[in-house]
Amino acid sequence: MERGWHQIALDVLKANEVRLIPYVPDNVLKPLIAAIHADPFFHAFTVAREEEAVGVVAGAWMAGTKGMVLMQTSGFATLANVLASLPCAFQIPVLLMISERGTMGEFNLGQAAVWRTMRPTLEALAMEHHVITRLDECEFIMDRTIRQAHLTQMPAALILSPLLTGGKAVTRQVVA
Amino acid sequence: MIAAHNAKRMYRFDLMQRLVARLEHEEAVIGGIGNTNFDLWSAGHRAQNFYMLGSMGLAVPIALGVALAQPKRKVFAVEGDGSLLMQLGCLATVATLAPKNLAILVLDNGMYQITGGQETPAARADFAAIARGCGLTGAAWAADEADFERLVGQCIATDGPHFIAVKLDDQPPVTQTERDPPQIRDRFMRGMGAKRSKLPG
Ligand SMILES: Cc1ncc(C[n+]2csc(CCOP(=O)(O)OP(=O)(O)O)c2C)c(N)n1
Ligand SMILES: [Mg+2]
Repeated sequence: MERGWHQIALDVLKANEVRLIPYVPDNVLKPLIAAIHADPFFHAFTVAREEEAVGVVAGAWMAGTKGMVLMQTSGFATLANVLASLPCAFQIPVLLMISERGTMGEFNLGQAAVWRTMRPTLEALAMEHHVITRLDECEFIMDRTIRQAHLTQMPAALILSPLLTGGKAVTRQVVA
Repeated sequence: MIAAHNAKRMYRFDLMQRLVARLEHEEAVIGGIGNTNFDLWSAGHRAQNFYMLGSMGLAVPIALGVALAQPKRKVFAVEGDGSLLMQLGCLATVATLAPKNLAILVLDNGMYQITGGQETPAARADFAAIARGCGLTGAAWAADEADFERLVGQCIATDGPHFIAVKLDDQPPVTQTERDPPQIRDRFMRGMGAKRSKLPG
């Protein structure tokens, strides 16, 4: 049976010894979060803000443990300052996995507006980032991006497109 | 339990010297933005010190990451009051994860000293009470220097997570930390035993 994107992500994280997973949840990430919690290889926990998770993963890396932060697009939008001054300035491979909201059938204008800030911010930070849209490219992009981040000691972001995950679609306005 | 307003106002550099003097087992110390890490630096650089240069509010999360990665090493987060105020949620995270090897030290001068001494909006707040409310049940104010030493001794000798708050006077920092982030990171990783290199460091 073909592995889903979340199973691939789980396998790649393990293969790269990425154990520490602080996150602020997102609906699309649910299957990955559940799988990570179910696997004793990982230490996953929620934090109050995505900034906190960046600090945790940075500290853990400097003390010999690899980690990755899970979030949605709106969480990324809270991070420019700490990314610039911690992982970018100190050259620490903080990894971000971002569930992409705000595009491809978004129903929430707030999410759509925040989405427009993500790529310009990543580009302004000169942070390596890749959008994953296809299942057949998922393993390669995840594995190589994570490896490169660790080898070059630079942060990186993996963006999970709705083309990969199905996203969170609502077809009609709900009038209650 | 000592109420905030009864705590003696102490000198940050003196407290940093007292803290560093107690560290005999390569304990990690994460210094928060600005004056907080400047006086840690002035108290004498150690290979196990990390000095933040931005990311205001992240001293505790960084220390938490170090503590989770190395459960056998004691880790101190030294954070300013204005900085902690920006990231109060991290106290709940620490209380929930309950790392035994983490101690949080909050330096409360009631102001944003480095940006000109403006008052913080926490004039009526009690940081030890906030920490207890988050689940760090042993959180306490240090009444004076002797009490500070006693509490630091407790952090080293007993399981945490620990939380100590101190009231500061308004004296400026002694000097400033050398600002070279990759070098600071490299030295700290060596100090943590997380990096070996033939390049002299
Ligand atoms: C996100 C963010 N906002 C504002 C600043 C500007 N700033 C730098 S240090 C500082 C004050 C820090 O206050 P505190 O932690 O209490 O330390 P103190 O200066 O009092 O020693 C401020 C406001 C900043 N660096 N980052
Ligand atoms: Mg202050």
